[in-house]
Amino acid sequence: MSWIDLAVLALLGAGLAFYAAGSLGFLRFPDTASRLHALTKADNLGLGLVALAAAIYGGSLAVAAKIALVWLFAVIAAGTTSQLLARRARLDEARLDDADSAPDGGLR
Amino acid sequence: MTFAFDLILCLMILGTAAIALFVRDALAAIAFFIAFGNLMGLAWLGLDAVNVALAEIAIGAGVTGVLLILARARLLALGDAATSTGSPLLLRLGALAACAGFVVLLAAAVLSIPPESGLDRVVAPLMPGLGIENRVTGVLLAFRAYDTLLESFVLLGALVAVWSLAPAGAWPGRPADPGMADAPMRRVAGTFGQLLLPVALVMAAYLVWAGSDLPGGAFQAGTVLAGGLLVAGMGGTIGLPSSDQPLLRAALVLGPVVFLAIGLAGVAAGGLLVYPAGLAKALIVTIEYTLFLSIGVTLALLVAGPPMPGASDPDPEGKG
Amino acid sequence: MDLPLPVLLSTGHLYAVTGAALVGLGLYAFITLRHPLRQLLAVNVVGAGIFLILGGLGRGPDATDPFPQALVITGIVVAVALTAFGAAMIVRQAQTRAAAKPAADDNENPAP
Repeated sequence: MSWIDLAVLALLGAGLAFYAAGSLGFLRFPDTASRLHALTKADNLGLGLVALAAAIYGGSLAVAAKIALVWLFAVIAAGTTSQLLARRARLDEARLDDADSAPDGGLR
Repeated sequence: MTFAFDLILCLMILGTAAIALFVRDALAAIAFFIAFGNLMGLAWLGLDAVNVALAEIAIGAGVTGVLLILARARLLALGDAATSTGSPLLLRLGALAACAGFVVLLAAAVLSIPPESGLDRVVAPLMPGLGIENRVTGVLLAFRAYDTLLESFVLLGALVAVWSLAPAGAWPGRPADPGMADAPMRRVAGTFGQLLLPVALVMAAYLVWAGSDLPGGAFQAGTVLAGGLLVAGMGGTIGLPSSDQPLLRAALVLGPVVFLAIGLAGVAAGGLLVYPAGLAKALIVTIEYTLFLSIGVTLALLVAGPPMPGASDPDPEGKG
Repeated sequence: MDLPLPVLLSTGHLYAVTGAALVGLGLYAFITLRHPLRQLLAVNVVGAGIFLILGGLGRGPDATDPFPQALVITGIVVAVALTAFGAAMIVRQAQTRAAAKPAADDNENPAP
């Protein structure tokens, strides 16, 4: 096993660990904001590490550049959707507050 | 890939499909359907069919997913949550027996046919004559070009069918705005759309070009273009076009018409859809570039839906 | 890194049989589900199963037949066109029904 194989395995393992942790948080955390917090860990670090492993495994600069582009747009898309999801969650929360303030003072 | 990987993947495909079909909440069902589509894409990779994997993930999971989410949102606005409701026990038992029997028969039939790639050996020696290396593109645009020509018109026909569902008085008009109602959300999506649309165009053009020799092609590229157009439409970067815009109509029919014209011109070279020797690659690439544009615009409009009353947008800039 | 699992089926047969199971699952859902949007999902699952049968049976020992691949790509595009038409029809039907309700406000565009 060469150094390159070792590096690929280590990066892949670390990336998958972040994915697992992020998925676990997504399933177990109570509200949208903290679930997003868990997901961003998986998206940014997990994907970055796996992409890095794939780029090294690919073995050529052209492949690595393509993977870097894939990573870049995945991260931009993830950032955009996180913003949208967080905003939607806040709007829904505000609507729930309004609905609750009428009958008995906001016990959710 | 190993047998264990394939087996786990197949079980996950069946599992996500079952959840997508039988979970109560419609949005959860669609989410699992998108996951199912992505796993199907992996299955196609397992079958060494990268062209199909690209199409399945882009169209089967991506476009169909957006389409269903949009339909669900429009139903929800009308008070229909599309939750799954149970049917009578007798019906369920009967359906279970019938479908189980059918699966056994179908599986037995499938297992009686040995899998083989016989036509691959037939196609391989013919590829040098076309000047391209992607055999699937060769089948789509040369050996079975007739199917693909008809299909490009089927797609156009589907859009005409969707448009024909426009309510009285809404024609000609724009589809209902798929954009976000909340201003800050619209700005975020708009920034992303501004960034994505030119990138999607470049990437789609690359996919068509690469499709001659590597996995890719007009359908996959058209879907990428449709994705860029839809994101830009949701963020208000481009306005949705009115259904009677001449430029839009031209973009819709360009691909099928160019395909048909080249096919008819082939009569001079020996028959319908025959490419003259030496010109095959040039003609295939021409067809693919025009087809990808039409497919992209058609798919985006299929997702947007029929023209709706009151969906007039003051911004006439969007050409689709 | 092959796991010590007995290879019961060839790769092609494994995916083709999975496709057969998907067809059955989708048919069952199509019969028992009530909402048209959910039935549309079921039709898509049936279609995906048929595609897998086609692709799996074209999987030879060293290559995958390009003909079923091209057929499946065509099929995927036709399936999305059908789904778009179905979804548009379901939404339109719901709009017509909502407009026909007597309780709804009377200034709604009357549907044909």
